[in-house]
Amino acid sequence: MLTCKEATHLISEALDRPLSWPERLRLRTHLAFCSGCQAFRRQLDFLRSASRRFLTRRDEDEP
Amino acid sequence: MSEQAHDQLLAEFRPQMLKFARLQLQDGAAAEDVVHDAISAALEGASRFNGRSALKTWIFAILRHKIVDALRERGRTVHISSLEKDEADLDEAFDALFTASAHWHPLSRPRAWGNPEEALEQRQFWQVFETCLELLPANTARVFMMREFLGFETPEICRNLDISTSNCHVILHRARAGLRLCLERGWFNTEGSPAC
Repeated sequence: MLTCKEATHLISEALDRPLSWPERLRLRTHLAFCSGCQAFRRQLDFLRSASRRFLTRRDEDEP
Repeated sequence: MSEQAHDQLLAEFRPQMLKFARLQLQDGAAAEDVVHDAISAALEGASRFNGRSALKTWIFAILRHKIVDALRERGRTVHISSLEKDEADLDEAFDALFTASAHWHPLSRPRAWGNPEEALEQRQFWQVFETCLELLPANTARVFMMREFLGFETPEICRNLDISTSNCHVILHRARAGLRLCLERGWFNTEGSPAC
């Protein structure tokens, strides 16, 4: 069984490489029972979308 | 939009462009060069753009390409040293979120950030985001920015910096975990609140 700390590494790596089938299965099983890691994953997804917006962010008052 | 208005906007974006290029290239002269090239390229086509946001998106897309080219040309000249003290500190802060059995400590288990997309519309959020980026160790921030701002694939980052793939993944995890914790404390403030 994956620990939460291991799960955070797989969650991060999933943003950079395709996970193998066994990795995906282990992560999915872990996430099904772990609200903390579910929230962690959503937060990393948010970090990615925020980063995409970073360069063109609203930096002053625009209409 | 008049030509003069374009020139004025480009001049306005310049400090932010320079700052970003310096962070990426770690070289003041090279940063000046890419920003100059990007602005020259932008001036030629600027008349097609109406409005500040469209122009800004476009000029930063040009700058991004110029930086990517400069990094590619430079090849493996940037040296990433082995673990530095501030990186070890960041790892320690992350480890402290877990119990001895590597599961979340009840007080630090991540909780939903509500509707975080709303933060993207707020200027203060971006100030916190930028501060959190600046608080990351320099190497950690560079790898993160190459991946998330410049859109490099991980294998290319590893080649460019001459580090192993697994090290690349460790650094990206460290950056994301560090930014997450910083945003949580600096903006979302869910830590320590009741579980339900």
